[in-house]
Amino acid sequence: MTLGTGTPAAKRWPRITVWRAIFAAILLSGAYATYLRIFYGLGGSTNLSDKFPWGLWIAFDVMCGVALAAGGFTLVAIVHIFGIEKYRPVLRPCILTAFLGYVLVVVGLLFDLGRPDRLWHPLVMWNPHSVMFEVAWCVTLYSTVLFLEFVPVVCERFGWAKPAEWIHRISVPLMILGILLSTLHQSSLGSLFLIVPAKLYPLWYSPVLPLLFFVSAIAVGLAMTIFESWHSSRAFGRALELPLLASLGRVLAVTMSVYLWIRFLDLLQRGVLPLVARNRMETWLFALEIGLALVPTVLLYQRSVRMRPGALYACAVMVVFSVIANRLNVGTTGLEAGSGTHYTPKWSEIAITLSIVAAGFAIFRMVAGYFPIFEAQAHGNEHAVAEVSPQKKEVDPVAVG
Amino acid sequence: MSKAILYDSTLCIGCRACESACADRWGLPYDDKIAAEEKISAHKLTTIETHGDHFVRRLCMNCVKPACASVCPVGALQKTALGPVTYDADKCMGCRYCMQACPFQVPTYEWSSRLPRMRKCNECYERQSQGKLTACAEACPTGATKCGDRDELIGEAQRRIAEKPGQYYGQVYGLKEVGGTSVLYLSAVPFEQIGLRTGVPSEPLPDYTWRVLELLPDVVSTGAVLLGGIWWVTNRREEVAKAEGRSPRRSGRPPSKNGQGGHAVVPEKLEGRK
Repeated sequence: MTLGTGTPAAKRWPRITVWRAIFAAILLSGAYATYLRIFYGLGGSTNLSDKFPWGLWIAFDVMCGVALAAGGFTLVAIVHIFGIEKYRPVLRPCILTAFLGYVLVVVGLLFDLGRPDRLWHPLVMWNPHSVMFEVAWCVTLYSTVLFLEFVPVVCERFGWAKPAEWIHRISVPLMILGILLSTLHQSSLGSLFLIVPAKLYPLWYSPVLPLLFFVSAIAVGLAMTIFESWHSSRAFGRALELPLLASLGRVLAVTMSVYLWIRFLDLLQRGVLPLVARNRMETWLFALEIGLALVPTVLLYQRSVRMRPGALYACAVMVVFSVIANRLNVGTTGLEAGSGTHYTPKWSEIAITLSIVAAGFAIFRMVAGYFPIFEAQAHGNEHAVAEVSPQKKEVDPVAVG
Repeated sequence: MSKAILYDSTLCIGCRACESACADRWGLPYDDKIAAEEKISAHKLTTIETHGDHFVRRLCMNCVKPACASVCPVGALQKTALGPVTYDADKCMGCRYCMQACPFQVPTYEWSSRLPRMRKCNECYERQSQGKLTACAEACPTGATKCGDRDELIGEAQRRIAEKPGQYYGQVYGLKEVGGTSVLYLSAVPFEQIGLRTGVPSEPLPDYTWRVLELLPDVVSTGAVLLGGIWWVTNRREEVAKAEGRSPRRSGRPPSKNGQGGHAVVPEKLEGRK
């Protein structure tokens, strides 16, 4: 129980740093936007319209939120089902990210739904023909699974043997259930858009949208694992598990190659490749998305890139942004032309989105400080934690930028 | 026998009697200002649009296989046997997927309300189930909006085209669009010139989704067996290795250096078997 192993002394004092000020500003604007949402409805807090009913809250908070949480099921599958033990050190952070991600998705939904008080309706009023119905069930069940997968961490922290044992008994079916639910959920977010063949721009509309969403989710799950490890190693002053992350980087490169290859075959098959020659907004957004996917994929095949923490991190960030761009394109920009309208999010939509992201980082930081998430610091960091938690966190540059 | 509406743009004089009757029927306000709004919204469920010399009425198409009803997660939208697509506001949770899915951008939302509902024409379901005409058809002074049996109306539309080929663009809109709609249009000019969507597929939209959704039971059962099988093999291999006194798992971590590697994460199978 030494005190010195935790964070450097400089971080213990609640200094007003630029990032902390930005963090506070985000939360304040988010609070005001929440007030607008509650008292003035969706009309007073968003730029949504009859022609454009889904905006940033669906495309980012829900669709990106779920995708970024994909590390949870990917790593559970790798470590527990395929038994590749060497990745175990990054498993807990992934499960935590996934759990937080899903909780925040539900928070996002509470903002977006016209009647958030009826969030539970799909559980009792069924329509199995609806993809949204499937999504609702997946969110509910998988959040529960993630909670149960996280319980052992809590048990370990407080030394509860009994509950840990119960969870242990059902752990294998639980993990398999979690992987299946994730598979369904990740792909069903793509299936949501199968119903708009005449609206979604052909560079994104595809009958294989569910497959593309699933594969890209695995990729972004791996990328987020690298991203988190990098940030947590800085935040908690841990050593970076570089060889491990480098090999994850290689898996990421292969996954991205598979994704890009399916994407290419799909565009070719549907004969829409000539569209990229048109000088339209969609073309540039498509180019951005593909560029952000292609560059890290090529780079990550180089061993020298994978073994350099900065370069590896940059590649992971590019993949994350590529998938975010993809979800935003499918969920908003790709639908503008087909809907015959333009959509720019209102400031309050952005404020709430940023608040949710910032809260995600802050809660992760707090939980990771309090519970044994990273093995190297498990046991013996109670004191360090006690002093880190009051000041909550430093918002990471990437969270807001 | 499902009900439908036949709207003949060539007979419409743009008097907006249908708009006013519709507002009455829903208990919505209607005045000159609202009459001038040429778009459907939560307070105006049908409208007359002016396209040059031509008028065209917009209202819910009450599709034969409606995308909105298929996507509604709570089943608030239902295709009735009578024809109209009805909406139960008490079920609706406001996900607005119906609005996103509708190829005609018909459903509208009470954006400024704190307890918002989706709004759309339901082809006067209550009136029609009592054998009455829709409010708009009853109010129409020229017969431009006619309500009746869908098959009969299709026959009538084709008869009108055959009788006066010069007066009509030779097709009926709503016959094959997204698998057929319960609002049929006749026009003097090609449909895109009066603002109707001609790019919509002729296959019912719910089929696009169902092709994937119907695979779900297979994906789940195959996946469960596959994952369970892989886990069993992994686990078995480990047990054998242990029994033979080799170090478990090919890429296994070296035996815990820090003395606590064992109880990491979700409890290990390995430990449970000790």
